[in-house]
Amino acid sequence: MSRQAQITEIIRTFSKKNMSPDPDESLFDSGLLDSFALPDVLSALEKAFSIKIPDSDLNPRKFDSIARIESYIESRL
Amino acid sequence: MAFLQAFGSYLPSRIVRNEDIGAMVGSTAEWIFNVSGIEERRFAADGETVADMGAQAARDCLASVGFVANHLGMLLVSSGSSERRFPGPAAGVAHRLGLDSVPAIDLPLASAGSLFGMALAGRLASAQGNVLVVAAEKMSSVVLKRPMNPSTAVLFGDGAGACLVSADAGFARIVDSALYTDGAFSEDLKLELDAPLEMNGRTVILQASRKIPRAIAQVLQKNECAATDVGCFLMHQANQNLTVRVAEALGVAAGKFYSNIRSLGNTSSASMLIAAAEWQRAAGFEKDVPVVFATFGAGFHWGALLSVGG
Repeated sequence: MSRQAQITEIIRTFSKKNMSPDPDESLFDSGLLDSFALPDVLSALEKAFSIKIPDSDLNPRKFDSIARIESYIESRL
Repeated sequence: MAFLQAFGSYLPSRIVRNEDIGAMVGSTAEWIFNVSGIEERRFAADGETVADMGAQAARDCLASVGFVANHLGMLLVSSGSSERRFPGPAAGVAHRLGLDSVPAIDLPLASAGSLFGMALAGRLASAQGNVLVVAAEKMSSVVLKRPMNPSTAVLFGDGAGACLVSADAGFARIVDSALYTDGAFSEDLKLELDAPLEMNGRTVILQASRKIPRAIAQVLQKNECAATDVGCFLMHQANQNLTVRVAEALGVAAGKFYSNIRSLGNTSSASMLIAAAEWQRAAGFEKDVPVVFATFGAGFHWGALLSVGG
């Protein structure tokens, strides 16, 4: 499974919505993510990719699209 | 060592339901409830000040244990919605209590102010004697300011709470506290002079979701106490969805978190002490049972305080 597919699967799990957003589509504007799903998604990303997201990086703008999430994960690997 | 001796509260009489505030900002009552867990809140009267409400909560607190105000050694007053730059409401609360020489200090921290005040009082009581912590907020004067922001205007209410901290005796002992500040996010929740409240809700929720449980876990772990042994969590009443998330992170039932947000909304720094006063009247401390206070707010400032009934 590609990294983008893994990210999409995690987002689907916590949003409980079976949507396939474009990589650059805003996850908040599309309704896939909200303030309360995001913390769960980030915890799942930490676990799935064995990374640690420090508090200083907990900025929703960094995680607003599949592409941004992928880019962030790559920067932490 | 310091003790919690009494709590008190004051709520203005005007009830503002979701239908009322929703009509003002173009939101439905259902949407407001779904995003916040709030059904109604209290708004102060036009001429009612932060100091007026703070003094009412202080009187309620002192009267509950028959304590005379002039036996206070210090007054700490938290508010993020004070009417002016200075003097802050601490002097006004002291004056209304008939105090003319007791040091009264303002804590303009917004939501985290009451917890910081309690923690400071616990450390100052041995030197200053009885310390009264008051938190009073007139958030209606902030959120009703034009242009109104629909996503924040619906969240807040007015009220005041108080807590008497003593070096000698009380119904619970302050065991420990952990206070934190991270100014990197100060732009994400702020109230500029003569401007509407600005809140990046996503950042606030994201940061609070991690920082609150971590602060609670740290103070519990340091004192060899399990979250499941805590009798009640008295947390800043910011958002019911956030409260549920913090409970889940700690592995305890959400019902262990006292909640009044449905009827009072978010009263910023006053909320935790109002909740404490209500809980103390309804249930209260039991011998040797831990109770945790926790908060998070603009700054960001956050922390937790562990107490044990005695």
